[in-house]
Amino acid sequence: MSQRLGVRKTYKLFINGAFARSESGRSYEVTSPSDDSVTNAVRASRKDLRDAVKAARSSWAKWSQMTAYNRGQILYRVAEMMEARRAELVDEVMRAEGNGAEEQVDTAIDTWIWYAGWTDKLSQTMGNSNSVGGPYFNITTPEPTGVVGIVAPQLPSLAGLVERLAPVLCGSNVAVAVASEPHPLPSIALAECLATADVPPGVVNILTGYSSELVPVLAAHGDVDAIDVTGVAERDLADVERAAANNVKRIVRAGEQRSPYEVTAFMEMKTVWHPQGP
Amino acid sequence: MATWTYSPAPESTDVVSINDTYGLFIGGKFVDPASGDYLKTINPATEEVLASIPVAGQEDIDAAVAAARSAFGEWSSTDPANRAKQLFRIARVIQERSRELAVLETMNGGKPIRESRDGDVPLTAAHFFYYAGWADKLEYAFAGRRTEPLGVCAQVIPWNFPLLMLAWKIAPALAAGNTVVLKPAETTPLTALLFAEICQQAELPPGVVNIVTGAGATGAALVRHGDVDKVAFTGSTQVGKEIQRAIAGTGKRLTLELGGKAANIIFEDAALDQAIEGIVNGIFFNQGHVCCAGSRLLVQESVAERVMLKLRRRLATLKLGDPLDKNTDIGAINSRDQLDKIKRLVGVGVDEGAEIYQAPCDLPERGFWFPPTVFTGVAQSHRIAREEIFGPVLSVMTFRTPDEAVEKANNIPFGLSAGVWTEKGSRILWMADRLQAGVVWANTFNQFDPGSPFGGYKESGFGREGGRQGLEPYVKLVRP
Repeated sequence: MSQRLGVRKTYKLFINGAFARSESGRSYEVTSPSDDSVTNAVRASRKDLRDAVKAARSSWAKWSQMTAYNRGQILYRVAEMMEARRAELVDEVMRAEGNGAEEQVDTAIDTWIWYAGWTDKLSQTMGNSNSVGGPYFNITTPEPTGVVGIVAPQLPSLAGLVERLAPVLCGSNVAVAVASEPHPLPSIALAECLATADVPPGVVNILTGYSSELVPVLAAHGDVDAIDVTGVAERDLADVERAAANNVKRIVRAGEQRSPYEVTAFMEMKTVWHPQGP
Repeated sequence: MATWTYSPAPESTDVVSINDTYGLFIGGKFVDPASGDYLKTINPATEEVLASIPVAGQEDIDAAVAAARSAFGEWSSTDPANRAKQLFRIARVIQERSRELAVLETMNGGKPIRESRDGDVPLTAAHFFYYAGWADKLEYAFAGRRTEPLGVCAQVIPWNFPLLMLAWKIAPALAAGNTVVLKPAETTPLTALLFAEICQQAELPPGVVNIVTGAGATGAALVRHGDVDKVAFTGSTQVGKEIQRAIAGTGKRLTLELGGKAANIIFEDAALDQAIEGIVNGIFFNQGHVCCAGSRLLVQESVAERVMLKLRRRLATLKLGDPLDKNTDIGAINSRDQLDKIKRLVGVGVDEGAEIYQAPCDLPERGFWFPPTVFTGVAQSHRIAREEIFGPVLSVMTFRTPDEAVEKANNIPFGLSAGVWTEKGSRILWMADRLQAGVVWANTFNQFDPGSPFGGYKESGFGREGGRQGLEPYVKLVRP
């Protein structure tokens, strides 16, 4: 009896809740430092990126109108899905990076749990009512900024993306993420968890490919409201930020891990006034 | 029908003494500009020259930033209680000299004395008073974090609320322990220079506040200066984008408070007479030179005719003329450039096929004036429905359903403010939730308060001014 031939996974892009190849049909090779295996990752095109932004924009109304409790449960569900596939994720990170995989996967899972508990506390801790000099009710609450572009750090390949993505979703935004170019595969494994965690289609979109091709388009895109430049190389930062000024994007760079201020960096403070009277 | 007429009631200008020539305020002293350049500042209501104002060049900017830098160490480590008292003192001097500030503001900017006296100046004092209180309570401002100041702040402000915008910039920056170099607008530098005198009178340590006057090039040099840690700008979206590009990759912190094209939304069940007052206040306040002006009127179709009838009737009662007259509603347009821009865009509106209505009023012969103007039959695609005119020009559109109102209101790159008029509470909250605007006024418009955060969504900028949130752009949050 011959030995059973293993089934390999084709890694695809994650756009609008579906796993798709690039419309361009292109791929690039990713070599594992741990077992030297070579995998074809999708090399997303500018058109894929624009499609992803469109999907994100159309999912935003639903996601941002959900109750905070509901959103919190979905973030928690992402952690559940990752925990269930922990072995697979560890394997992915191990293949991508060659070490520290278990710890990184645990960090990623726990990051979702931490932010899941924040969704319904943001307006309580970051918003407030204001005493104004007149007979007015006046209240300030944090609201999502909209579509956020995320340039994920190259490393850590999984936790790096999760640490930038979770606060964006926690604040009711939707995301288009460009995965780590040299280590893109764990991000697609993450997408497979997101796809089964009741995250509505389009709320998270993940593209693999060449940063030099995708990031300038993301930075300049007129329907992207904010950009997380954590993963942008120092030498490219000025160009990316210049392009982002095209539509006055909010530019965010990771400050610290697990902070509500990482959430409000992607939020707008809205103030509502109403007169008081008998 | 009996008619009532107003007798002239001009405010006296005796309280104001204006120098022929001013210096730059650097390191606590008024100094001649190294550039040797000056420009003339005028009264836009009379075109009279009021004074010569220095135009700060690169060398002057360097000196001002250096003064702010050398003052930073001591100011940021000053006992916070003393920093608070210093700001309280400034607030008090502003109150003591309120008449002088109001008259000067009106003379240099053209806004009605009623507004500068009852709005700009008291709000300026209140802003300093509000942030004075924060200076020694910063550890209570941000849950789980303490604050550190950023350093030297470069602040560039517009001509529509010269003194108030100065307060919005300087008060939170100083409360948090920063030092500043502020550039007032080219056309309205005089109250900022009087404020510099107030700093001297309040014995603010030299260098904590520096004021450099000039035009666009001065502002551009200031925000680009290498030793500036933070840039704050209020002005047009176009210049805001230029600044964002100019400081790309430098790591400078930035807040932008830019243009707007607010939708003022009137539902059929609104208290219409109150709404009319809100419409008028929304667009004709300060001649419409207001970034959050309610320049797009969205009226529910069923009441559109009645609203327009009432609005026309109300427009006929507006008094345009001498800004120093206490009965004046509409003052002078701030500058010839701005008047030209308004005229140009109004011309575009007519060419695009919108129907124009202008309130019957006589325009003074000298100075810059524009009558209250209302366009009806405006389409979403018209330039007068999309571009900020920054003048007393209202574009009226209609809608049928709340969903349509939201869609039309949000269908624009700006997102600074919005107005909602309805007697139905649940609809107010539903609308407020969906309007992409930093400030939503429900059954009111153009309300401001130091405790109330102000700032935009989308291309109206980012960061907030006022309130607890207004401190954040001036601090670094640090884990305790």
